[in-house]
Amino acid sequence: MAIELPENVVVSKLDSLANWCRKNSLWPMPFATACCGIELMATGASRHDLARFGAEVFRFSPRQCDLMIVAGRVAMKMLPVLQRIWQQMHEPKWCISMGACASTGGVFDTYAVVQGIDRFIPVDMYVPGCPPRPEQLIQAIIDLQDKIQAEGTIEGREFTTFVRQQRKRALMELPIIGASQIRTLPRQGVN
Amino acid sequence: MATTAHPTRPDFAENAREEDFLWTLNFGPQHPATHTTLRIVLKLDGERVVDAIPDIGYLHSGFEKIGEHLDYNQYVTVTDRMNYISPMANNVAWHHAVETLLGIELTPRCKYIRVLISELARISDHLLSTGAMGLDTGAFTFFLYAFYQREKIYDIFETLCGARFTNSYTRVGGVMYDITPLVVEKIRAFLKDFPKTLADMEKLLNRNRIFVDRTKDVGVLTKEEAINRSCTGPIARASGVTRDVRKDHPYLGYEDFDFQVCCAKAGDCFARYYVRMAEMRESLKILQQAVENIPPGPANIGIDERTTLPSKQQVYQTIEGTITHFELTMANRGFEVPCEEVYAATETGNGELGFYIAGDGSNVAYRARCRPPSFIHFAAFPHLIRGHTLSDIVAVLGSLNIIAAELDR
Amino acid sequence: MSMLSEIVTALKDRFADVADSEFRGQARLVVPPLHCLSAMRCLKNEYGFDMLVDITCVDYLNFRDATDRFGLVYVLANTESNLRLIVRVMLNEPDLAVPSVTPLWEGANWMEREVWDMFGIRFEGHPDLRRILLPEEFAAHPLRKDYPLQGRGERHNFPVLTRAEA
Repeated sequence: MAIELPENVVVSKLDSLANWCRKNSLWPMPFATACCGIELMATGASRHDLARFGAEVFRFSPRQCDLMIVAGRVAMKMLPVLQRIWQQMHEPKWCISMGACASTGGVFDTYAVVQGIDRFIPVDMYVPGCPPRPEQLIQAIIDLQDKIQAEGTIEGREFTTFVRQQRKRALMELPIIGASQIRTLPRQGVN
Repeated sequence: MATTAHPTRPDFAENAREEDFLWTLNFGPQHPATHTTLRIVLKLDGERVVDAIPDIGYLHSGFEKIGEHLDYNQYVTVTDRMNYISPMANNVAWHHAVETLLGIELTPRCKYIRVLISELARISDHLLSTGAMGLDTGAFTFFLYAFYQREKIYDIFETLCGARFTNSYTRVGGVMYDITPLVVEKIRAFLKDFPKTLADMEKLLNRNRIFVDRTKDVGVLTKEEAINRSCTGPIARASGVTRDVRKDHPYLGYEDFDFQVCCAKAGDCFARYYVRMAEMRESLKILQQAVENIPPGPANIGIDERTTLPSKQQVYQTIEGTITHFELTMANRGFEVPCEEVYAATETGNGELGFYIAGDGSNVAYRARCRPPSFIHFAAFPHLIRGHTLSDIVAVLGSLNIIAAELDR
Repeated sequence: MSMLSEIVTALKDRFADVADSEFRGQARLVVPPLHCLSAMRCLKNEYGFDMLVDITCVDYLNFRDATDRFGLVYVLANTESNLRLIVRVMLNEPDLAVPSVTPLWEGANWMEREVWDMFGIRFEGHPDLRRILLPEEFAAHPLRKDYPLQGRGERHNFPVLTRAEA
């Protein structure tokens, strides 16, 4: 038997309605530290215009945002700040790790740079590139929207699954190589 | 604790303690108006800034330590990420220093190409710094105008070397690719189009009441202070210090070009904005002269010098080419570097960007020190902001153009 | 260049143990730590080197034929005549201290703090000698040659946040 619906009324699951709302009104928190931040600005600026995908409302207060875009390398001194800002954001929240430095440390395999933020905070989407082109960031946001639509639930049950709860184990401490071994020894003249 | 009479509030006792009327505000490290990651601890009296204590290092990534592990050609990728609003200028600065150490004289064509990219980088640097300053003081349209033109410069760089932003374009003794007619065409189109936008941008802000009121007489740096605090570039020139590395110690054949050094006397935020706008016009003049007179000939120095990779044709058809290619690509070979130390500087958008390189005979620098203009300018910040209001902080920061990656390295 | 060589000769006459050299047209002086401040004052006040371009340091631990451990480098410039002069001060452990030049140039303040942070060289008389780039609790001086590139585990030392905790 069919239920008769008036015009302009659609029936849907509450989950997909919530997902539909959430995915089309992502408010990014630009955690822009370095070079990728400039490409993040370019993504929001004239030519690439992030507003077309409903994610242009950059808010600098973590309390108003639900998508953190970590753009740029995160130094040792900065990581506690990043974690604190992540904790200040309200659920449901997502994190995009933009660029090689945020995802893995990039070329900066040094004493001061955290080798990938995913060791210390949860990350939903990685954007490769150094820095990624604005198109890549836009693609990441579209992919995240698809992900939210596909697996989101109104109570945020998808965040409490076993896989999401797993800690990504920070690598064990690397053996200390002596300074003389790291450095290529000076060449003794050219023959 | 110091006892001071309050300057404006008579209800405080004559010998009130400072903490009775001062409050502390933390500004940064994640704050929209700093554009970068830096922290300032402010001591405020109402809205008046009594003292500012900068706390930097939130983006310290050990650039100088990496410089001791990557060879002279590899390190150029890291200099890209130093002042990331004009990477090309950093590439030129780094290899200028390396070539000074090695004693290499570039080909005329290479010099012209490097002048072209340095000046384009200067324009893109100034566009971002003035644009961001406009954004902070409420002129959003100005920012969009600036960014649209920056995208055009990115397009030129992309055509030139394949990367739009982090270019890594220069090599020891030359450049990665020679300039093509398409790039020249694009630069010509940019030169035709950009003056109009620049005029529009000047019309938007130069006599804009809100902008002028927020920047005039704010953050004044006198000429003596500018010299004493080691300021260079537009910051020093806005205070009347007539110094420009391009004129004082000409490199890349800058002495052949006809251009002016733009200076102002006031030394306030508006003067710094104005000097930057004027410098873009001068850069256009240099570009105009350079793009019409690119000398023919090779872009890289000859293979006899054994520093640049020979072309594939030379590698396959000549024995010298093969040997040079082999020598340069082997891990334990490379070019000969004297056991000496040099300091060489170039004028970038932000000021004098110098590198102090110590060579030890291997093709990795023993010490690669960068003299970052942002670091030195930011040291003057507490002096500039004292006595102004909280809202002036963003104007002063915008006018100093602090880039955290260069500040902290 | 002739003006520079006059200055170099005058300084050599005035202070003991001053050595000079030249490379690629850059004049360099080596001044003993004892005379550092007075030589700087003389250069600033009498020869017009009113701008301090840079202060940096080189650790010569693995350098071929090096006799001293650290070399402090001061790059000075004269804004009138555009002369540049590099002054070096050699230091050895355990006596890693030189007088600060902040009374002469205000700009030296942060540069000296950076050298202290990265190399652990003390500047006596500096108004505020704290670490500048690294956190206060950092134990080492990372630009010394005996400090490894990848650090000693400082970058791993943070709590891990998971979805459950935040």
